[in-house]
Amino acid sequence: MSDSITTETIDTVAALAEGGYKWGFSTDIEMDMAPKGLNEDIIRLISARKNEPEWLLEWRLKAYAAWLKMEEPDWAMLRHEPIDYQDLHYYAAPKKKAGPKSLDEVDPELLKTYAKLGIPLKEQAYLAGVEPEEGARPQVAVDAVFDSVSVATTFRSTLEKAGVIFCPISEAVLSHPELVQKYLGSVVPAGDNYFAALNSAVFTDGSFVFIPKGVRCPMELSTYFRINARNTGQFERTLIVVEDGGHVSYLEGCTAPQRDENQLHAAVVELVAMEDASIKYSTVQNWYPGDANGLGGIYNFVTKRGACRGARSKISWTQVETGSAITWKYPSCILQGDGSVGEFYSVAVTTNHQQADTGTKMIHIGKNTSSTIVSKGISAGQSNNTYRGLVKVLPKAEGARNFTQCDSLLIGDRCGAHTVPYIESRNPTAKLEHEATTSKISDDQLFYCRSRGLSQEDAVGMIVNGFCRDVLKELPMEFAVEAQKLLAISLEGSVG
Amino acid sequence: MLEIQNLAAAIGDKPILRGIDLVVPKGEVHAIMGPNGSGKSTLSYVLSGRPGYDVTGGSATFDGQDLLEMEPEERAALGVFLAFQYPVELPGVGNANFLRTALNAQRRARGEAELDAPAFLKLARAEMKRLSMPDDMLKRNVNVGFSGGEKKRNEVLQMAILKPRIAILDETDSGLDIDALKIVAEGVNAQRGPDFSALVITHYQRLLDYIVPDRVHVLAGGRIIRSGGPELALELEANGYGAIVDAAA
Ligand SMILES: Nc1ncnc2c1ncn2[C@@H]1O[C@H](COP(=O)(O)OP(=O)(O)OP(=O)(O)O)[C@@H](O)[C@H]1O
Ligand SMILES: [Mg+2]
Repeated sequence: MSDSITTETIDTVAALAEGGYKWGFSTDIEMDMAPKGLNEDIIRLISARKNEPEWLLEWRLKAYAAWLKMEEPDWAMLRHEPIDYQDLHYYAAPKKKAGPKSLDEVDPELLKTYAKLGIPLKEQAYLAGVEPEEGARPQVAVDAVFDSVSVATTFRSTLEKAGVIFCPISEAVLSHPELVQKYLGSVVPAGDNYFAALNSAVFTDGSFVFIPKGVRCPMELSTYFRINARNTGQFERTLIVVEDGGHVSYLEGCTAPQRDENQLHAAVVELVAMEDASIKYSTVQNWYPGDANGLGGIYNFVTKRGACRGARSKISWTQVETGSAITWKYPSCILQGDGSVGEFYSVAVTTNHQQADTGTKMIHIGKNTSSTIVSKGISAGQSNNTYRGLVKVLPKAEGARNFTQCDSLLIGDRCGAHTVPYIESRNPTAKLEHEATTSKISDDQLFYCRSRGLSQEDAVGMIVNGFCRDVLKELPMEFAVEAQKLLAISLEGSVG
Repeated sequence: MLEIQNLAAAIGDKPILRGIDLVVPKGEVHAIMGPNGSGKSTLSYVLSGRPGYDVTGGSATFDGQDLLEMEPEERAALGVFLAFQYPVELPGVGNANFLRTALNAQRRARGEAELDAPAFLKLARAEMKRLSMPDDMLKRNVNVGFSGGEKKRNEVLQMAILKPRIAILDETDSGLDIDALKIVAEGVNAQRGPDFSALVITHYQRLLDYIVPDRVHVLAGGRIIRSGGPELALELEANGYGAIVDAAA
């Protein structure tokens, strides 16, 4: 806890915590923007802007054709005005002279933006190219996605020495086409679902990570996503591949500026873990949730899926979701390799009029595969929070095991919490356990805390953090501290 | 000094406290005894600011400050502490974290410097040793899975760390074994001094052998019906409340 980064992070977050949504600002950078609307020409334009090879354009167009034939899913417990897909910009990039070769060329506005975002000062220093101190804690490399184009990538050389590839996916398409072509869409096929198809057609950028055989990535990889341009749909595409025996921990943090109109976000994240490989993917999502009356906010329709292809591979998703007006998100694991392990640790907070329908799918295919699901839903205000999970055991998954724990915490009496577990077991040797609880923050608990000197809000924050502890402890240290603070901030004013 | 004048309080339209007069001067320890349901816990809750009670008359001040106008956390920062008759469980909240956050919230409110983790741990360990509590109590979640006696001891630990100026102990002796009772009493006695006063609610004279009170009050039917020296507790032990209650009626 005495780690200076941690303190700085707390200070930064605390400094930002002054009423309302703290990250509601927009950055004044000249934009290069495609006209509104979606058609083949726009897709060709995106592809051309990125100098993509022909195969990728073909792939996009196929996805687009599939999308046209699909319908927006309506099974989630979510309500929203119809989205006008023709009323969005599908490409926006900061206007560039020649493309920044070093951070000096990065627009200072952008760096200021990072400061406001509360990116820990040390990570900002990394962004600014400052060398880390001797013996500092594990380094964090930041690949910052600003709207649609990655403009700053750090620590590439350290990573290169280890043989790790960490770069914008648009760049990987050009520098490592064989890898991208091999794995892109191999976990989430282009026509997987409505939003994944849309993403496949129009994705503009995201991260690419490749960890070769036997390499433990020497630092945590971190991406700060940020939606900036008005009415620009964000279609991130992330692909992480870890070869035999490799390991990577990836952090994704997101905030967005305040807007009155709803903004669509439909990202796709694909993870591939080969034999004995492990991937830890952590997310703290804090996009603009809309105002107290439910106006504005991000629509977040995300497809995240990991394939445990090799024996004894492991994929672990940890998410803390406090933002967005609508969250539709089911990070999943396909447990194909024998003895592979899938984990899902989730905290989802909804307040005011936010809606979250989130959970996971654990598909047990290989023998002795095991999965753990810990979901903590917190609802306040008039919000709705649904856990939707599928545990599926296929006939050959001899000895499969799952443990699911779903807890809901209600604050006030106008909110809703729903738990929708689906269990399909086609192997009699499978052992599946499911536990669910619903509780409320009691007046007795609040008074007990207050009688010891805590304010009402600190008391709520403390009880909520206690409720989420099993999930928060899965997060890397400085992320956990940020997440704790964020939980307290996002529930400010929700009690009493 | 705690000054309570003609204090009346109700839950909904049910009057519980019907005009309490009580003064606890600085440095003194007063005991309150009385039959079940007479309003002892209600008095302690009203003094510490638990929501849900309507104060229908009278006043309560501490060192001249109007307690009834203050939020519970403001009273805590002023130095009011309640050891709960039924301590509340806080799942997932570590005892050390809880106590340090509380202590620092109070210190902040008083304009004092906050304690960092090592300084706090040093303080907490010393107090725990005094109360014969094992170190791992700090790591456990607040009151979760604690035995009845452990919960009570944990309340006294909180008192020892928060160092209030007036402590209200609501049946802190109930559920304690003989040894624990002595330890807890020593914990309270250790706080005694010119700037500490206490209101000790108990059903048993035995506690008052260890914490010798300056005054003993009998609360019945929402009123203090008799006050006296420590010998009053012995009289109650011998004769029960019947005679006193009848005499007051
Ligand atoms: N929430 C409530 N609603 C209605 N009546 C209540 C409530 N809380 C307390 N009472 C009543 O108020 C009266 C006083 O209760 P209180 O808990 O103050 O008694 P006590 O003197 O502390 O008793 P004991 O010695 O059993 O702890 C009792 O009759 C009790 O039933
Ligand atoms: Mg009582």
